[in-house]
Amino acid sequence: MKNEGEMANRPDNTAFTQQRLPAWQPVLSAGIVIPGFVLIGLAFIGIGVALFVTSQKIQVLETDYTGAEQGSPCYDCRDTSVPCVCRVNFSLSKLFEGPVFFYYGLSNYFQNYRQYGSSRDDDQLSGYTSAFTSPSETCAPYQYNSQKKPIVPCGSVANSMFNDSFKLYHVVNGQPRPVPLDGKGIAWWTDYNIKYRNPTVNGTLASAFADTVKPINWPRPAYDLDTTDPSNNGFQNQDFIVWMRRAALPNFRKLYRRITEGDYANGLPAGNYTLEITYNYPVLAFDGRKKVVFSNVSWMGGKNQFLGIAYLVIGSLCIVMSVVMLIVYAKYKFPEDEL
Amino acid sequence: MLRRRLNRLLGGDENRVDSRTIYVGHQPCSATEGFTPPKFCDNRIVSSKYTLWNFLPKNLFEQFRRIANFYFLIIFLVQVIVDTPTSPVTSGLPLFFVITVTAIKQGYEDWLRHKADNEVNKYPVRVLEDGRQTSKESEKIKVGDIVEVIEDETFPCDLILLQSSREDDTCFVTTASLDGESNHKTHYTVPDTEKDLESLSATIECEQPQPDLYKFVGRMHIYKPDQDPLVRSLGPENLLLKGATLKNTKKIYGVAVYTGMETKMALNYQGKSQKRSAVEKSINAFLLVYLCILVSKALVCTSLKYWWQSRDGQDEPWYNQKTQKEKDTNMYLKMFTDFLSFMVLFNFIIPVSMYVTVEMQKFLGSFFISWDKDFFDPEIREGALVNTSDLNEELGQVEYVFTDKTGTLTQNNMEFIECCIDGFQYKYRDSRTELDGFCVTDGPVSKLQQKAGREKEELFLRALCLCHTVQVKEAGSQVDGDQVDGLDHLNPHPEEEERGFIASSPDEVALVKGAMKYGFTFLGLESKNMKIRNRQNDVEEYELLHVLNFDPVRRRMSVIVKSKAGETLLFCKGADSSIFPRVRQEEVERIRMHVERNATEGYRTLCVAFKQLSAEEFALADAELREARLALQDREEKLMAVYNQVETGMSLIGATAVEDRLQEEAAETMEALQGAGMKVWVLTGDKMETAKSTCYACRLFQRGTELLELTVRTLEEGGRKREERLHDLLLEYHRRAVQDAPPVKGGVTRSWSTANQDYGFIIDGATLSLIMNPSLDASSSRHKNLFLQICQNCTAVLCCRMAPLQKAQIVKMVKNSKGSPITLSIGDGANDVSMILEAHVGIGIKGKEGRQAVRNSDYAIPKLKHLKKLLLAHGHLYYVRIAHLVQYFFYKNLCFILPQFLYQFFCGYSQQPLYDAAYLTMYNICFTSMPILAYSLLEQHITIEVLLDNATLYREVAKNAMLRWGPFLYWTVLGVFQGLLFFFGAWFLFSNPALQDNGQVFGNWSYGTIVFTVLVFTVTLKLALDTRHWTWINHFVIWGSLAFYVFFSFFWGGIIWPFLKQQRLYFVFANMLSSVSAWLVIILLILLSLMPDILLAVLRRPKSPRARQKIPGQSSAGGTQSSRSSARPLLMRTFSDESNTVI
Repeated sequence: MKNEGEMANRPDNTAFTQQRLPAWQPVLSAGIVIPGFVLIGLAFIGIGVALFVTSQKIQVLETDYTGAEQGSPCYDCRDTSVPCVCRVNFSLSKLFEGPVFFYYGLSNYFQNYRQYGSSRDDDQLSGYTSAFTSPSETCAPYQYNSQKKPIVPCGSVANSMFNDSFKLYHVVNGQPRPVPLDGKGIAWWTDYNIKYRNPTVNGTLASAFADTVKPINWPRPAYDLDTTDPSNNGFQNQDFIVWMRRAALPNFRKLYRRITEGDYANGLPAGNYTLEITYNYPVLAFDGRKKVVFSNVSWMGGKNQFLGIAYLVIGSLCIVMSVVMLIVYAKYKFPEDEL
Repeated sequence: MLRRRLNRLLGGDENRVDSRTIYVGHQPCSATEGFTPPKFCDNRIVSSKYTLWNFLPKNLFEQFRRIANFYFLIIFLVQVIVDTPTSPVTSGLPLFFVITVTAIKQGYEDWLRHKADNEVNKYPVRVLEDGRQTSKESEKIKVGDIVEVIEDETFPCDLILLQSSREDDTCFVTTASLDGESNHKTHYTVPDTEKDLESLSATIECEQPQPDLYKFVGRMHIYKPDQDPLVRSLGPENLLLKGATLKNTKKIYGVAVYTGMETKMALNYQGKSQKRSAVEKSINAFLLVYLCILVSKALVCTSLKYWWQSRDGQDEPWYNQKTQKEKDTNMYLKMFTDFLSFMVLFNFIIPVSMYVTVEMQKFLGSFFISWDKDFFDPEIREGALVNTSDLNEELGQVEYVFTDKTGTLTQNNMEFIECCIDGFQYKYRDSRTELDGFCVTDGPVSKLQQKAGREKEELFLRALCLCHTVQVKEAGSQVDGDQVDGLDHLNPHPEEEERGFIASSPDEVALVKGAMKYGFTFLGLESKNMKIRNRQNDVEEYELLHVLNFDPVRRRMSVIVKSKAGETLLFCKGADSSIFPRVRQEEVERIRMHVERNATEGYRTLCVAFKQLSAEEFALADAELREARLALQDREEKLMAVYNQVETGMSLIGATAVEDRLQEEAAETMEALQGAGMKVWVLTGDKMETAKSTCYACRLFQRGTELLELTVRTLEEGGRKREERLHDLLLEYHRRAVQDAPPVKGGVTRSWSTANQDYGFIIDGATLSLIMNPSLDASSSRHKNLFLQICQNCTAVLCCRMAPLQKAQIVKMVKNSKGSPITLSIGDGANDVSMILEAHVGIGIKGKEGRQAVRNSDYAIPKLKHLKKLLLAHGHLYYVRIAHLVQYFFYKNLCFILPQFLYQFFCGYSQQPLYDAAYLTMYNICFTSMPILAYSLLEQHITIEVLLDNATLYREVAKNAMLRWGPFLYWTVLGVFQGLLFFFGAWFLFSNPALQDNGQVFGNWSYGTIVFTVLVFTVTLKLALDTRHWTWINHFVIWGSLAFYVFFSFFWGGIIWPFLKQQRLYFVFANMLSSVSAWLVIILLILLSLMPDILLAVLRRPKSPRARQKIPGQSSAGGTQSSRSSARPLLMRTFSDESNTVI
């Protein structure tokens, strides 16, 4: 009886309740940290060198075609009330290795503006026709047009889709020869194949868009975006999807085309080129700039010096730190450690 | 007190309000002018806070009264009303979670209270009604009902005992559930009530309910048909309290006087005032800083936004037209809503989850105290008790320890050591060496081997046998083991039946047992007759006429008895200071020496005196006593006056010395506390000499300690006015202890090897009141200041002759002194309650003086020795844990929100969140909460053994070291550094958003996800770096959290969620992982963020004490201890050596 009572009140003698769980008690000592830093430093320098070299090897060709300055090729097109075509010439002194990626870039363009970013209706883009008749509130002021007809795709993002178009000509013997541009595979695979869906009504895409209107700024409705490839229409249009993925920063570039076909699969050979631009997209009103970028990519993506340099700096910093620590320890700390 | 005086001034009319009249059995009394049943509350006990109906509104109201909850509610409402960047769900969900969990917890607790209430309220009781016994539910008892209670039942309300089944008209009760005293108390029926309760016609007039358990005054008028009404006084001895249990008595009848919420138990049921810990104050200070950061961030963003928009073309570019509504909104209103939006966007910097985690840490953490088996005491079969978990970390911050002496430093386990009869010392050695068990040792006239006369001896022993309130425990109930003392085995008369004594004070038992050793045995009290067996084995009987109870003001008690021979005798025992003035001076001189010597040896001394009352004297005293007892008003004062009058002109017959042993390891504990930098003050009601010797024994005073005494004795030495002398002494001590002392005692204050003089300070209650409440003197505050400064420079302070209130006064004084040090009070008795409540941390010892201290304490431990582990190990660890928890929480939310703030500069100040809503919500709830919770429960940066061995480690965290502005700044800078790194690392990377080898580009959600991934990994690994104690739980939660984050991100991005309006994160995480650059930048940023911490850890570590690596067999404390014990003065022989062997 007595014993029972005693046991009932006595605290459990387990490792947990007595705070005696077996524990690993690591100590960050110089003996671990200094060699660790050296190793990390060396590894980082290695990676840094690889990154730097890779980045250096990437060829980039950038051309601003905004036409803000007098004398620049597209100066006359800067007022875009009328469709306008301008040409930018450039020459390559050596082979621009392929596959070549063709980007367009915008600056001082706030695609990451909050109200802008939320001005879309993902239900529409997923192909739910119910959202066609009543677009989301967030799309305002591009929810309905002035006749109260629903806009599909609604919202600022879709409405402001980039609509300059480019043609690239290789000037061979004074004759322009078109370079085939590949519009496939420029958007994320999952976006193109899963996230963005076209509605299916009565077989044809166009009938699904009945009783809706195209976005105000668009020249053609969504089901007729790509005149050359009928399967690249509606929301499942590569250019549209690329545009709809909002850029993170106000200066950004987006993939336009890839050059992977024909004679240019191995790259753009040295020579003169003409870029024919159909200038539609106004940017000067908000002090923006437009550019085109030709670049090839490596395993690390496009050209970016930052990573390589950062790795080199941090790697060397680690080495320096370990040397400093070694000196400090040699001078002050070792006698104590030996105790 | 004040009210009573007021009432006295206001006179008669008020008196009626102060008392209530009860008609016993609801019978109208002939003498009264018509029967009007008075209204009293019913007998329902309501301890629950809520009902089913008001639970929701009341609970919500109470929860939102907390400033933090209110803040989050405001944020939530702003999100609902204003167009904000994040959905209301992000802050609503956590808030809802917190509120729900709290509501469920409180609801459950209240349900338990309801259940307990119902159990009490629906308990069937038997009530006498119209001569019949009816059964009722307890809650239906009305004032005036006559209630029957049988053995082992608890009383359903406060009753006046009318009839008992015992022949001597008494009953026994235990009040264990009220004040924890488990001894049997005797209660008496009202005399002269009729045996037939049906025909009893009486009224009771008594005071209005008041919470004091031990006070009750009333008067009973008994009406008999053919007589004048009888008046009988009622006192606490007639009152049976609700909650007490009837023992040893078959059944009783009582009349209900106080019911329901007016019972003394209910009046005593009150929540204690909330104590707030220093950590909580730090949290609030930091919170304020972060609130300022939050507001200034929002302000900066708002103003920058409008500045930026004022520039050409930036306000409304063609691609981002405003809606008509936006255009129409007033500019200032827009600014305001923008400001609110920014607030909402950045509000995560002050997380709801911190409060939840802190609460959880405190609640769960406190279990480790009650689970600790080192706190388990096999004797009382109990471990430590945690009454509040809010103060765990305060245990690691204690600077001043105020300890009671009796029962705390000492065991309150009394043993009769010696006595002195008529100036001759009697020391008991062994009953068998001398026939009569007496042995005379070195008395003042020891050479003559004299003894006091036989007459005197026997008188003295009779006095010991008669002058007490001890009860003999009936043989049947002996097995309970309820004896107050455990000294039965010392009984020198094995032929004697084992006798249990029950008394409210262990001294009395020791004295009765002492008398027994010398041949006088107290046999018990039977119907007012005290029986003792004298040395000749004859039974002597004395009629007990009056007991003049002990009280701490008089410090003595008396009995008046009538012997068989017809003599009326008064025996009195009490403290020397209260007896000496009341006896003849020549007698005093003979005994004073003994008393003082006994006191210096650490014994508790009592003087015994007697006087013979003549018939007239007794008649006078008897009348006065009865009158005073009947008084309804100021009964105490009147009784006191009569007592003082009766207890005069006595003759001193002797003195006793009772030893109170030191608690186990008391000295070691005190030493450890001082080594930890705490200042120990002993506050006791005991005599200076006794207390001083205890201090020496506990090694609070060392041989080298210079004692500064400030007592009535030193004040009277100079022969000048007390005030002047006090002033001079204070100045002198101040010069010695404060001015001459080396300015700063760095590191170890108490170094025994150095020439540093230690000072001990002694003050008594009378002098203290001179200092605290001086007679209209301008120098008053100066005195107090001087006193405080002296005390703060002394290693130990002894305050003796303290009243309970003075103890609290001292604690309060120190608590409010400069730097507001953290105070801890430890005590075991009711007289320590005030100081336990006053101090920052109150510790109760589960001792012998009832449970009042335990009930009012924040923590209760069985023994003093447990204090060492409680403070040095638990307190230290809790402090480190919670301090780290708080700092870490602020840090992790700073580097969580800073990138979001920086992002505003790159998104046109449009309140674009950097992270997805799911990440915003889950960051604090799921991804980073568990590792820190596990850390804050399990971390032992130094193992418990090392902490216990090296008391000085406690100083490392003293004065809130880890939560001061320095460390806070460090954490903040770290958070800012990492936040900048996360954001700009990703920013540089995104200078070219084509990060995949297929040339595709990343968008803003990829940007946010990269930053977020770096963030989650960095803060978790930062915690991993700080963890010094990796149990499997730590491994599990740290790696588990990271794995969960990765898993969640895949899952969240892997499905098109039908309930989401925007599929923002669809395959973002997976795409990110397919990019080598993203991997590389994540690794780089994590490493770079952690580098400062690694470097700091390496460079700082060697400076920390060697003790961190435990070297077995070399505990430094052990070393000093052994060297010191030899140096201890001889005086302490009895205490510590014995206490060492007790274990």
